[in-house]
Order: sequence, then structure tokens, then C-alpha cells
Amino acid sequence: MKVTDKDVTYVADLANLELTDQERQRMLKDLNSVLDYIDRLNELDTSDVPPMAQISDKFGESRTAYPWREDTPRPSLPHAEALKNAPESDGDFFKVPKVIEK
Amino acid sequence: MDLNSLTIESTRTAIAEQRCTASALVEQFYGKIKAEDPGIHAYLTLCEDRASRQAKVIDDLTQKGAPLPPLAGVPVGIKDVMVTKGVRTTAGSKILENFIPPYDCTAVARLEAAGAIVLGKMNCDEFAMGSSNENSAYGPVRNPRDTSCVPGGSSGGSAAAVAAGMAVATLGSDTGGSIRQPASFCGVVGLMPTYGRVSRYGLIAFASSLDHIGPLTKTVRDAAILLRVIAGRDPLDSTSADIPVPDYEAELAKPVSGLRIGVPKEYFGEGLDAEVRAAVEAGIQKLRSAGCEIVDISMPHTAYAIPTYYVIATAEASANLARFDGVRYGHRAKGARTLAEMYRKSRDEGFGTEVKRRIMLGTYALSSGYYDAYYLKAQRVRTLLTRDFAEAFQKVDAIVTPTAPTPAFKLGEKADDPLSMYLADIYTVTADLAGVPGISVPCGNTQSGLPIGLQVLGRHFDESTVLRIGHAVE
Repeated sequence: MKVTDKDVTYVADLANLELTDQERQRMLKDLNSVLDYIDRLNELDTSDVPPMAQISDKFGESRTAYPWREDTPRPSLPHAEALKNAPESDGDFFKVPKVIEK
Repeated sequence: MDLNSLTIESTRTAIAEQRCTASALVEQFYGKIKAEDPGIHAYLTLCEDRASRQAKVIDDLTQKGAPLPPLAGVPVGIKDVMVTKGVRTTAGSKILENFIPPYDCTAVARLEAAGAIVLGKMNCDEFAMGSSNENSAYGPVRNPRDTSCVPGGSSGGSAAAVAAGMAVATLGSDTGGSIRQPASFCGVVGLMPTYGRVSRYGLIAFASSLDHIGPLTKTVRDAAILLRVIAGRDPLDSTSADIPVPDYEAELAKPVSGLRIGVPKEYFGEGLDAEVRAAVEAGIQKLRSAGCEIVDISMPHTAYAIPTYYVIATAEASANLARFDGVRYGHRAKGARTLAEMYRKSRDEGFGTEVKRRIMLGTYALSSGYYDAYYLKAQRVRTLLTRDFAEAFQKVDAIVTPTAPTPAFKLGEKADDPLSMYLADIYTVTADLAGVPGISVPCGNTQSGLPIGLQVLGRHFDESTVLRIGHAVE
């Protein structure tokens, strides 16, 4: 097994997930089975192959196809609109539980 | 009017000739949706006010005898991963259960500017992650052709609504096959344009380098008409290309004879259902009779597409979904004492199992010590897969394959085995990784009456050829 219980806890922490005990067990099984399958990629020698992040890299040399916009200011989302979907706000700011613990 | 047989063309004509008002048509569609959708569950939200306002705009134009826009009065549905100003947008997730977007997705805005009427938002797998629509937090969609079967996914609601005549056309999104595979399962046309052809502005991001917006329609002609409306440069998406948009509908008139069509042996191997194979081979025969030259080709890295996809897509998803933190929008867990606890609890309560699984896998692949072994490795194999296409397109004008290895499967059949579910996308993910356009068109049925889809893949920005070949097959 590639992924251990400890790894699941570590990765869940990185991903800001808590997961129940039941979810952890399931995750352990699923991650190992998917990663085993992903290991097929090691059958390929890719030492001379450049990585590719995005297909427009291929066309990216031409700035005419993907032009940059002018760097001019434009209106942004109005303050009240931006706060409308907030679970909690005081009208000026988003409110969150305290960050600094005593 | 018979809603089941309405196409964009026939809707447009009925409105222009004043055989029906847009308002009456919209009412008729809502009547059908309310009567029939409880058994299918294609819609998550109806936007009746927005639809009736837009219908009135069209009716005013016809009354004045003013020129009508290209989609005047055409009722459409939008996959619920595209934001709609003032209309709830959930992405099929509990975490966005009450999210009311403050702006419109560019593709939606373009449809409405062209006269289309948005009826509502379509059910889908949560954050477009799934191949059966069973991962929707709001319950599955059923396949209108056989309600014991899944409609495919993740654009399952979009495909089912078109198949059931509950919308003339819909928009879906495709990251690993999510437009083409459900189109194949429901017996409709599904088009994934080239990466960069259609703006992604307002599409809730799953995997940004792989996400595409495209139409699901009853006919290839309708797909051509819709694509022209939504395609083209958008200053709000820097990856949308400033490349001229042809009149795709006019392009359909060009004959297919003389086109060279590649048939890659890797797409016809183990795991392909015998009835699907026979129907796709019959479709290829049809193209041969129409004067196409059929060429056997090889795309040697095809078997590595699914593992490559599941590293890259989950890595990008883990970053994109970090924004759901219960602060600015979305679900917030109650009773958390610290900020960190609030993040974790909100995400735990808000995300479903498959989304968590993918966030975990992606986070693992990007984590220190594993980045090179997984993420960088997958990016290198992505280059090899893209080269397979580049080499094939030196020999042929387009590639024809099955869209999916099987027809629609039963609800629950693959729900407990993520890997077997992932393999439902085995023939579609390659095009997402290489950014080339692809279409699924119906090419027959199984003995039990389930639809089968044939896929056509083409060169970057050559949707015209893909559509023409699809048109010759249907």
C-alpha cells in the first residue's frame, strides 16, 4: 500500500478536510486503488519529454491569438453585491471566527 | 406544437412566422417540465421570471416586424456549473445550495443576446465530477430512453432534457467527456469545441486547463448554430482565442467526400461492447460510402490517458476548490470556534464523497515529495498524448471512434467502484487533454433500445470538419 493512514490524515489537513473515521477508511482504500492504476505512467520513459501545463502553450507564442488586455482600470463588483452571498458580514466586511487563539 | 421534435431551426421559423408567440412556447415548455421532469430530474432550478421577460422581448420584436436574432425564442437549459445572475447556481453541490451569482457566464449572456430563452439550470454531477450524474447532491438524473439507466455525466441533466424534449438545446461542460458521453447515453448530439474556442468566464472551475463549454442538441445543425453564437474571443477569459469564428452552419453544406478519416485501433480493443462496436463500424461504413477515405491509424499512448487525466484534473481541482471556505459565499458550518475549524467543517459538510476523493487525490499528487512522481510525470505524458494527435492529423483530417465503451449502464451499477466509473471516459479524455474538438452523434441503438454514440475528433479550431462528418453520420 502506497498511502497509509498517516498520509490520509496529513493530506486531509493540507486540503482543509476533516473526514469521519468511515470516510478515512474508504479514502485509504480508494486512493490506493487509483494510485496503483496511475502507476502505469511509469511504464513510459519521459526523461526527454517536456511537461505541458495547458494546451494554449502550443498557440501561446502568438500573442495575436491570445492578446493581453489593456491595463486600464474598470469597475469591479460593487461592495454590497460582493457581500450578498456571505454567510456572515457586518455590512463592511466578511465576518469569520477569531483567528488568533489566546 | 410537438415539443419533442422542435429544433432551433423549426422553433425560429415558428416564432418568425408568428405561428406561436415566444411567451406561449415558454409556457408550454414549463407545462411539460412540470409534468414530466419529476420522473427524470433534469432540472435543478427553473427561472420562470427571467424566461418570461426574455420571451416578451422576442414577442415585442415580432410584433413590430423587427429583424429577429439567430436564436429568437429558442428555449434552452444551462448546466448548473455556469453562473446566472440572480438565478441560483449550485454546481450540483450542497456547498452552493443558496448561491445567487452576481454576474452571468459569457456563454449564457451570448445565448440570451442572440434571443435564446433560458428555462432553468440543469442537474449535473457535483462540480462536474462524475460520469453518471449519480454524484449530484440533489439526486440522480434518469435516462429518458430507459429510466432504470443513468443518463451519463457529468452533463446528465443537459443531455436528458434535450432527449426528453424539455429544452430545444442545452449547454454542458466537458473536462473528461462530460458533454460527449451523456450525449451518447441519451441519444443526442454533444459538441466539445477546441480549448479556447468558447470563453470559460463564469464556468465554475473544475480543472482549468481541461474545462470546455459546449452545446447539447438534437441535430448536428443545431450544434453548429449554437457554437457560432457562443464561440469567439472574450476579454474576460485570457485563454479564449482571438481566432475568427466561421459560419459553421454554412460549412455543413460542404461534401465530406475526399476527407481522410483515421480509425485508431487503440479505441476498438478490449472492453468495447460488441453492439457499440458494430454500430460505430456501420457509421464508418456510411462515411466510406459517402466518399471518405478510411485510414487505419495508431495512437500509441491512448492507454495512458485515464491515469494522466486523473492526476492533472484532480490536481487542478484541489487548487480550484480551495476557494470554498465558507467566508465569501457558500455553506458555513455552525458552531466552529476557530477559523481553521470553520474551514474544515464547512468543507466536510458541503462536499460530497467523490469531490472529497478528488480533492484528496489532487492534493496528494501536488504534495511535497510526490509532485515530480505524479503531477510532473502526468504533464509529460500529456505532451505524448498531444503528439499522438499531432502525428495522426498529419495523415488524416479527422478521427472516428466510439464515444463510450458501453451504452448507458444501470443506476447504482458502478457507484461503489470509482475506478470502473473513471473508465467510462476512456475514449473521451484524450481530446480534453490534447485540447482538440470532438462531437458525439447517435449512430444506432442496442437491441434493448439504448442509444449508441459515434465520436468525431478534429484538428485544433477545425470544428467545421468535425461537424460536417457528424452531419454525414447522423
